[in-house]
Amino acid sequence: MKKQTTNFVIEANEVCGERCHKLVLRHPGRLPEVMAGQFVEVLVPDCSGVMLRRPISIHDCDYERNLLVLLVQRVGKGTERVTDMKVGETLNLVYPLGNGFLHTFDQLPMRPLLVGGGIGAAPLLLVARRLLMSGSRPVILIGARTEGLIPARGSFESLGVDVRYSTEDGTLGERGLVTANSAMGNDYDAILTCGPTPMMKAVAHVAMERGIACEVSLENMMACGLGACLCCVTETTEGHKCVCQEGPVFTPQTLKWL
Amino acid sequence: MNLNVDIHNLHLKNPVMTASGTYGYGKQYSDFYDPSLLGGIVLKGTTGQPREGNAYPRMAETPSGMLNAVGLQNIGVEAFCKEMYPTIEHLDTNIIVNVSGSSIGEYCDVAAQIDALPNVPAIELNISCPNVKKGGMGFGTNPEMAAEVVAAVRKVYGKTLIVKLTPNVTSIVEIAKAAEGAGADALSLINTVLGMAVDVKRRKPVLSTVTGGLSGPCVKPIAVRCVWQVAKAVGVPVIGLGGIATADDALEFLMAGARAVQVGTANFVNPMAPVDIVAGLARYCEENNIADINEIIGII
Repeated sequence: MKKQTTNFVIEANEVCGERCHKLVLRHPGRLPEVMAGQFVEVLVPDCSGVMLRRPISIHDCDYERNLLVLLVQRVGKGTERVTDMKVGETLNLVYPLGNGFLHTFDQLPMRPLLVGGGIGAAPLLLVARRLLMSGSRPVILIGARTEGLIPARGSFESLGVDVRYSTEDGTLGERGLVTANSAMGNDYDAILTCGPTPMMKAVAHVAMERGIACEVSLENMMACGLGACLCCVTETTEGHKCVCQEGPVFTPQTLKWL
Repeated sequence: MNLNVDIHNLHLKNPVMTASGTYGYGKQYSDFYDPSLLGGIVLKGTTGQPREGNAYPRMAETPSGMLNAVGLQNIGVEAFCKEMYPTIEHLDTNIIVNVSGSSIGEYCDVAAQIDALPNVPAIELNISCPNVKKGGMGFGTNPEMAAEVVAAVRKVYGKTLIVKLTPNVTSIVEIAKAAEGAGADALSLINTVLGMAVDVKRRKPVLSTVTGGLSGPCVKPIAVRCVWQVAKAVGVPVIGLGGIATADDALEFLMAGARAVQVGTANFVNPMAPVDIVAGLARYCEENNIADINEIIGII
């Protein structure tokens, strides 16, 4: 899919967790096809001193109504400005960017586990939809420090698949880290994960020990999002690769961070 | 109305180019528009051998700008000539290769290999990269060394030789004159401004290299000042860059004496920035009854 820059109109802006907003954006024409795990670069409008776009995962899309859905956590000036915007205002996106999930597999996994950490769970909704379309039965496991930091529970639970939770304080699901969740013990043919780096490392470790195919989605600091500035690189077995263009999804075997 | 400008032997359909290090090898933006719409494109800094660049983190956002410390990651001149050049040589614009190195020999070697590419009418000699340990800015902060490397490359390179200058000096005019005296056909300025950012939570520098190059709107007034000073002092054409994001920004540089401009960091924010600026320049000329953009160049 060709990359483009488009002014979307904010159709809805709802709180969907602690410091987390769900932004529903309407494409003025026809929403082009996006892959699960791809991301957008959001222009932060009129925000003193904030220059660079903010890379945000695509959470969901609706081709019939030309809607794109983002989950945005308020972590700084830029994301606070964007989540303070009102319905009817315009948000400029550069998209769709990066290689999505599932691009390293020859065949779609039939019994995959999707592991999200906090806001990192965002892209897994579209991944699950993609898998369900092909008859695959994913299990979703989302972890966070506490219940409030698990975003958009409603969207995941409405998929009709097994959704499990881990919280460090035990306020939702099992107490502890995702790697200690009982769902981890089941038999899977793939593990796909997105979240904080220490969590992804731990999850990738489990997958590699058990010989399960794995994909991780990285979130390095980015400028262009297009593979031009070479700022967001990660070390791989083939040298530096741009997370924005050659990722964000990699297999852990190719990364040097394990 | 005429937007054409000439830089030595280069004929530009408009005075807008892209800046090295922000435009890859000319392909990253082709989904958005045809690079042939621009006066020129300056490609990623190219060295004798492939370079991995510096460790991550290499970027820090700062107020109205960013620091980078990429460190000249590139595929090397041989891969550029063999693999990359054939995929872009058809572009109907001035393809300019930014040539970098850590020794005079390396600069000359890369320049000579690029000289053999028929559709690259110019190189931009990068004696101003702040992010490499050897060479780079070291050549551009000393007039004698600047003259030495420019003279050496001049001997092996016959086409248009643009020399890119750093603002991290006491007198940029002195370096500019040295480069001109040694045979530069044009000067481009400014490269990034040496800067630093600290992560107060971690109590550590943000960049893996501690210092990096500052770019974006925050450096524009420095760049306009440098262009104005240099354009007054030299006879060769000056290409202005540093924080240009709009047509008004570009006009500032043209009025201050730049014959053409380069758009850099703005590409990261608005992928359409260079073509938007071309359109904005045409609109400005039309609204102000300017028949030829050259009329406003250096009017200050």
